[in-house]
Order: sequence, then structure tokens, then C-alpha cells
Amino acid sequence: MSGRPSAERVVDRLLAAGFDFFVGVPCSLVRTLLAELERRGLYLGETREDAALGVAAGAYLAGRTPVVIMQNSGLGVSLNALASLHLLYGIPALLLVTWRGYRGEDAPEHLVMGDVLPRLLELFGIPLRAPLAEAMEADIEWAAAAIRETHKPVALVVRPGMFE
Amino acid sequence: MTLNDALAILAPSIAEGTVCVHANGFIGRAGCAARDRDECFYMIGSMGLASSIGLGVALAQPRRRVLVLDGDGNVLMNLGTLATIAAARPANLLHVCFDNGAHASTGAQPTISGRVRLDEVARAAGYRFAGRIETRQALAAEAPAFLAREGPAFLLVRIALGPPGPPAPRIPHTPEAMVARLRRALGTER
Repeated sequence: MSGRPSAERVVDRLLAAGFDFFVGVPCSLVRTLLAELERRGLYLGETREDAALGVAAGAYLAGRTPVVIMQNSGLGVSLNALASLHLLYGIPALLLVTWRGYRGEDAPEHLVMGDVLPRLLELFGIPLRAPLAEAMEADIEWAAAAIRETHKPVALVVRPGMFE
Repeated sequence: MTLNDALAILAPSIAEGTVCVHANGFIGRAGCAARDRDECFYMIGSMGLASSIGLGVALAQPRRRVLVLDGDGNVLMNLGTLATIAAARPANLLHVCFDNGAHASTGAQPTISGRVRLDEVARAAGYRFAGRIETRQALAAEAPAFLAREGPAFLLVRIALGPPGPPAPRIPHTPEAMVARLRRALGTER
């Protein structure tokens, strides 16, 4: 479908914006993105989302600019790492969080988190954008700039059907 | 052998420039009192994640030696980390677990490490080396060789609970200052 960025193009844009370390736990909404990262040998799969945040924090301490990819269910797992590691120490990461339960149209296990996702990020003081397909590239630039300025995590929320 | 005893034996064998990632609670406090360097990172929250942070440093800077100073409660909270580290096989990552069988900093509630041998879990996960130390003499004899091993290597050090109360003062550095000094030491300006 026209307008939807290919995974290859999104990875190119992430790399061009300075992101150079990719870790996460999969979600079907980003399977093509994960496959592209795997194809390029750039992706580390973790067992839990908070552990992925820990690895990303270590990579940042060693000079990288990390992206943490997760389903929004994993944001629940991540809250203590965000609160008492990233936000406390001033350690940034780009959180690519998928939006299962978007508009209440999904399997039941996704509905509660789907309903509160943007409010939960706002409550934690994590700036977010939920780009439409055509804004994805501009919002990657926004995320990179926000990280350079604030040294805090920012989130790009990935709606269903964002990627080819 | 208490935590302070074990750290006093281990600290002189840690090479300068080694990145030391400390678990939260008493381990970071005692570790900071025993040997504080710009390359030392003390996790004051995010229990369980010291090993994950160490893995991230080790993967991002493969030529830099990384030592994780962990505890049994922390390892049990993030047991999946043993599998992730073993699978990633970072040759520059060493993982010490001080095992007192208790959550010392919350009142010495028992953990299950007396019934689950964490060194055996690390070995089964696929660490290149997994060892177990029970005495001061054995730790003094083994520490230099362990710290020179190819990783991922795991050393469980059985320790006794110390006297009630913290083994050392709180970490004197702010979280932001710890990030800044470590990034500077690793050659990345903020």
C-alpha cells in the first residue's frame, strides 16, 4: 500500500538519525522491521522488556544510542526500569512501542493496556508520538533530537498497519 | 566471609579500566566503599538489571573488560539474563554473584539460592565457565585467575550475612554524575 514505509527504509532512517543499537522483545506489528534488523545483524533479542532496557542502558553508557522495541504489553514489564534506571539516571532510549488494543479492536488481553498506553507514557513523563505512516521519518528525526536534548527516553508508538 | 571480606579480597585483583557494574542494595554500597573508580557504575534501583547493563556495555565495547558484581536476589529476579548472556557469548564479560541466601538490604528474608545452585544454572545456560567459592582462602587463590578468564564466566561466592544494618554508607555520587563519569572514561562525551 502506498504511504507505508518499508522496514528497510525505516531502518535506514533510524541509522541515519544516529541510532546504532537495537534490542527488544518481538511483536507481530513490527515483524518486518525485526526481520530487517536481523538480516543486517543489528538486533539482540531479549527475554523480557525490562532486561532489554537494561542492555540498552549499558550500550548507552558505552557510547551507543539505543532503540528498544517492544509490544505495549511489555511496557508494563518495563515501568520500574524506566522509573529507577532511565529516568533516574538520565539515560535515553528510543522506545518503539507497538499499540495492540488500538481503538479497542483487538484480542481481550490487549484492551486494558491499549486503552491507557498514551496516558501511561505521559504519566511517566516520556514524550511520545504516534505517527501516521507519512510522518514516520520526520518523527524519527524528532525522537533523535529529543534524546540529544533531554537525555531521557522518548517513545514512538506504532499503530497497527504502520509497516508493510 | 562477609560481603565486605569478599570485596576486600577481590578488589586488588580488578584491573584498572575494568567497567564494574554493581547490583543495587548492599552490594553497590559495599563495592563503592571497597573500590571506587570512574569506571564503576552503581545501580541504586532497577533490581535485577546489573547483569543486563553489563551485557550492554560488553557488547557495545568488546575490547573493554566488564565485571558485574551481582547478588543472589538480583540474579533470581532476572534469571533470563543468564540465558541471554550465555547465548550472546561476550568474551569480555565476567559475572560474580555474592550469594548470602538472603535479601540482605530488606531485612534478610531468605531467597531460594540454598536450594537452587545458581552456578549450576549459569553452567547449564552455557557460560564458558561457572565456578563456586565457599571460603576466603579459595577466593584469594581463585580471584586473579577468574578475573583473567575469557567470558562469559560466572563465579558464585558464598558469603555469610554480615552484622545487621548496611555494610557501608549510601553511594555518594548522584545518578547523573555516575553516567557522566563512566561515559567520559569510556571515551564518549555527553
